[in-house]
Amino acid sequence: METSIIIAGFGGQGVLFAGQLLAYAGMDAGKNVTWIPSYGPEMRGGTANCTVIISDQPIGAPIVAQPDVAVVLNQPSFDKYVNLVKPGGLLLVNSSLVTSVCGRDDIQTAYIAANTLAEEAGNVKLLNMALLGALLARRPILTLEQLEQSLVNHVGASKAHLLELNKQVLQRGYSCQ
Amino acid sequence: MSKKLMKGNVAIAEASVRAGCEAYFGYPITPQTELLEYMSERMPELGRVFLQAESEVAAINMVYGAAATGVRVMTSSSSPGISLMQEGFSYIAGSDVPAVIVDVMRGGPGLGNIQPSQGDYNQITKTAGHGDFHPIVLAPASVQEAIDLTVLAFDLAEKYRTLVFVVVDGAIGQMMEPAELPPMRELPSGRPDWALTGAKGREKNVISSLFLGTTELELMNKELQAKLAYIQANNEIRYEEYMTNDADLLLVAFGTAARVAQTAVQHLRQEGLKVGLFRPITLWPFPSRRLTQLTYLADTFLVVEMNAGQMVHDVRAAVHERVPVHFYGRMGGVIPMPEEVEQKVRELMRVVPTEDDVQTHQFPVKPQAAHEFLRM
Repeated sequence: METSIIIAGFGGQGVLFAGQLLAYAGMDAGKNVTWIPSYGPEMRGGTANCTVIISDQPIGAPIVAQPDVAVVLNQPSFDKYVNLVKPGGLLLVNSSLVTSVCGRDDIQTAYIAANTLAEEAGNVKLLNMALLGALLARRPILTLEQLEQSLVNHVGASKAHLLELNKQVLQRGYSCQ
Repeated sequence: MSKKLMKGNVAIAEASVRAGCEAYFGYPITPQTELLEYMSERMPELGRVFLQAESEVAAINMVYGAAATGVRVMTSSSSPGISLMQEGFSYIAGSDVPAVIVDVMRGGPGLGNIQPSQGDYNQITKTAGHGDFHPIVLAPASVQEAIDLTVLAFDLAEKYRTLVFVVVDGAIGQMMEPAELPPMRELPSGRPDWALTGAKGREKNVISSLFLGTTELELMNKELQAKLAYIQANNEIRYEEYMTNDADLLLVAFGTAARVAQTAVQHLRQEGLKVGLFRPITLWPFPSRRLTQLTYLADTFLVVEMNAGQMVHDVRAAVHERVPVHFYGRMGGVIPMPEEVEQKVRELMRVVPTEDDVQTHQFPVKPQAAHEFLRM
């Protein structure tokens, strides 16, 4: 079983960290993982994306043309990935910032108002966690507990005070229909 | 020891520290900079030397100087920076001192871009500097292998008193994978007997690449060539094979291109196509003999690279025209997708018609495959 996930949005939205957290959790669960960022002469406010592959088998190519899952945090990312998701795949849309609606009927689409969810919980910057929660509710590649444990294991001391809030937003995203 | 999720650049840096690197000289350049950045913190912490030079030319000459004193030394850069270092590589080779160089390749020529590339293959394996020499060139395809080969690079450099390159493309430098680091080695207590350590109480050592007499210089060259021949003959050739046992078509690729090719093999095998992958790990010495053997197994070769076709010439030289050697590559910092490689393989195995087939109204030539195609 191999799942490829692209997470894309603006720099500063926590796109790269969300991907790393998935990779950490996959590794902690004993799976093979790769995480590869788009890197370029980019800065906060520019576009950022990363590809995460979580697999029971050794992973060949760390990049994919058609991901199983695309998590799009802003409009340009929606436009870029809406037609690239593999048939049968999942498109997770941050409907706080994306106004378009997916016209495809061969993929599953979910609209999560991630900014709102995170803001209501107390910190809009945690919108990435809301989407990760929503992802795990729809693709149980890892359990919510595994992801939470990886937060505990890999979040640095300077961010430790945000741990509980991170978990809360994850859970809100997980329960979001 | 447990696995850690590590970025290739950082993994190479820590691996070199644990392999006993005592001095690092470098100059920042993307997509390699995390390596230098990591060393800038780690080396002083251990009381070792980190120095950001004023240029790549300065950095490689500092490497040369440190190497002459017998310490384990390295530098790292990316393609344009590696070009600048060439004079120094040649001096190091001409002086028989050990040094480790890491090249995290980016798109060229010129300033190019900062995306992953394998465009330095020829530069490093064939023309790393003026005069006749080859460095040993190690090409990892994963973060774990980057760690293992970095450690090996220091050992080989010291064993043969030679330049050893670890070459990755920007993707492996930037990618994170779980990997295990080796234990920290103790630094050596003494220096090799050829090193410049102050000649107190012994005959003086001379480290130089200047041999003004033709006789002397030819002799020095003969010795250097004998050393290179010894390296080639001395089991330093490394490669990996994936599903080659019954392969009709053999993919040949290194680094990230090999990862892509491996995924292509998995997909094509599911279609019933007998495809295998041969991955050179040492780009010099090149695993020519094994490739020659494999021509008795596979009847078509396809080389996949992230350049215009560089290693393909070594593959062609190795197979002596016994089988056709085709090429598929992407340039400009583009990583080929497995689907592109798969399509090329299907065309070569005539499972689908090629552009030429369509234009000349030819059907696929392999009867069984053609049957499958017509059923589609």
